[in-house]
Amino acid sequence: MHPAPSVILFTTLSGLGFGLLFFLGLGQPAATGTVAFVFYLIAYALAVGGLLASTFHLGRPERAWRAFTQWKTSWLSREGICAVAALLVMGLYALGAVFLDSHWTLLGWLGAALSLATVFTTSMIYTQLKTVPRWNTALTPVMFLSFSIAGGALLAGAETLAPWLLTLAGAVQLAYWAKGDGALAASGTDLATATGLGSRGTVRAFEPPHTGSNYLLREFVHVVGRKHAQKLRVIAFALGFVLPLLMILAPVHGFVLKHVLAALAVLSHMAGIAVSRWLFFAQAEHVVGLYYGKR
Amino acid sequence: MEGGQMTELPNSTDRKMGLVIDLDTCVGCHACVISCKGWNTENYGAPLSDQDPYGADPSGTFLNRVHSYEVQPAPCESQPDPAAQLIHFPKSCLHCEDAPCVTVCPTGASYKRTEDGIVLVNEDHCIGCGLCAWACPYGARELDLAAGVMKKCTLCVDRIYNENLPEEDRIPSCVRTCPAGARHFGDLGDPDSDVSKLVAERGGIDLMPEMGTKPVNKYLPPRPKDQIEAQAAPLAPLLKPVAEDAGGFMGWLDKALDKLPGGTN
Repeated sequence: MHPAPSVILFTTLSGLGFGLLFFLGLGQPAATGTVAFVFYLIAYALAVGGLLASTFHLGRPERAWRAFTQWKTSWLSREGICAVAALLVMGLYALGAVFLDSHWTLLGWLGAALSLATVFTTSMIYTQLKTVPRWNTALTPVMFLSFSIAGGALLAGAETLAPWLLTLAGAVQLAYWAKGDGALAASGTDLATATGLGSRGTVRAFEPPHTGSNYLLREFVHVVGRKHAQKLRVIAFALGFVLPLLMILAPVHGFVLKHVLAALAVLSHMAGIAVSRWLFFAQAEHVVGLYYGKR
Repeated sequence: MEGGQMTELPNSTDRKMGLVIDLDTCVGCHACVISCKGWNTENYGAPLSDQDPYGADPSGTFLNRVHSYEVQPAPCESQPDPAAQLIHFPKSCLHCEDAPCVTVCPTGASYKRTEDGIVLVNEDHCIGCGLCAWACPYGARELDLAAGVMKKCTLCVDRIYNENLPEEDRIPSCVRTCPAGARHFGDLGDPDSDVSKLVAERGGIDLMPEMGTKPVNKYLPPRPKDQIEAQAAPLAPLLKPVAEDAGGFMGWLDKALDKLPGGTN
C-alpha cells in the first residue's frame, strides 16, 4: 500500500493523543489548573492535528461531514463519530479540571472509553480489509491499542505503568511482524485464484493492460523502500520501545533531568511509531497487485 | 437509493445484471477498453480524466482494462512438452452480491441497486477517501484525479434503459463494441437467461472466490488447446501451392526452367 504521509501522521499523532486522553479521563494524572491545561493542550493538539491531517488525502474534503452518516456499516464512519464524541466528552471533562478544580469521574471514564473506542475503530478500518491479508488479523487492533495506551502512559507520566505497557507494545509489534510476513501466502489468494486459471497450469502475468502507471499501481503496489524493511524495523523498534524504556528507567535524580529524559523518551517513541506506521503501509500487500504480477 | 440512506447491501436484488466474459474468444484487442472510456467519459458522472496524456508519464482513469496472462500447463504423458497458452483477460467491476466496497463507504455514496444489482457511486456524495478501492480485490475502482471522486463501471446504466437509443444499443458499450463476441450481457439471476445458460454450459467461474464477494460477472474458461498442431491443420490446404501440374505456357516454362543447371528448391 502507498504510505501516504497524511495517513501515517494521522494514525501516529491521533493514536498518541487519544492514548493521553484515555489516561487523563481515568484521572492519571489528576492535574488541575495550568498543569491540566498543558496536558489537555498536548492531547488535543495531537488528536485534532491528526484528524485534520487525515482530511488531506481526501479527493473532496469539503464534503467530509457526510462521513458521519454511515455508522451502521462503515468503520470509517464509526471512527469519525467516536472521535468527535471523545473530543466533546473529554473537552467537558477538561473544563472541570482546568477551570473548576474538579474531576467528574463518570464523565472521565466515558471519555476514556470513547478515546479507546476511537483508536479501535481506526484499527478496524484496516483490519476489515480481506484484500490486505497482512492487516486482516486480530493483531492489528491489538497493535493499535497497545501502541496508543503505551504512548499515552508515556505522555501522562505514568511512571509505574509505562515500562510495562511499552514492553507489551514492543512484544505485540514483534508478533505482528512475524505473523504479517506470512499473511499473504497463508491467505490462499494468488494469481491462480485471481485469474481462475490456476487449474490449467502455472499462470504468469505476461503483459500489463497499459505501459504507464495508474491509480491502482500507485495506491496499492508500493514496492519502493521494501528492501530497507529489515533495517527500518530495527530503527522502529529501537526508537519506539527500547530507547524510551532505557530513558524512563534510567536511575537519574533531579526534577529537570528526569523531565528532559521523559520528553526525549516521548519524542523517540513518536519517531519509532511513525517508522513502524510507514512499514505498516509500505509492507502491506494488496491482492490487486497479483493481477499485475507485482508482489 | 440516491444518498441519504445507509450503505447496507440489499438482502437480495430483483435481477442480477452482469457480464459474462469468454476467455476462449477474447483476442485482446482492447476495443472494449476504448469504447468504455469513450462512452463513460462523456456520459454518466464526471469525465474519465487523463493526467499528462501527451507527456513523458501519461496515466488516466479507466473502468475496464485488459491484462494478458501466460499459462504453462504441467507436462504429462500425453503432452510431454505442452505449449504455453496466452490468455487475454478483460477486467472491470464484477457487481458483487456481497460487495465489500459498498459497506466500507463512510458517506453512503456507494450503493448496490435493489432492482438490478448494479453497484454505483453517487458522485455528489463521494469524498474521495479511496477506502472502497482498498476494499475491492479486483482493482475495479479508480479515483479520478481531476474530479477527486471514485469512478467505476456502471454497467452503462445510461445505455441499458435508454429508450432514446436503438434497441440493439441498449447494452453496455464494451459488449456492443466487442468484435470477437467475447462479452455477453444479461440477467445472471434468471437461470433461463442466455447468459446463465452460457455459464452453465461452459462452466463459468468466479474470480477470487475465497474473498467471499460473490461476483455476479462470470468468466468462461478457455477451451483446452492440447492439440495445437491439429488445430492448425484446417488452414494447411490453403498454404499449399495452388497449381502443381501446370499446363500450356506455364507448363513449358516450368519444364524449361527445370532443364537449366542449378537444380530446383
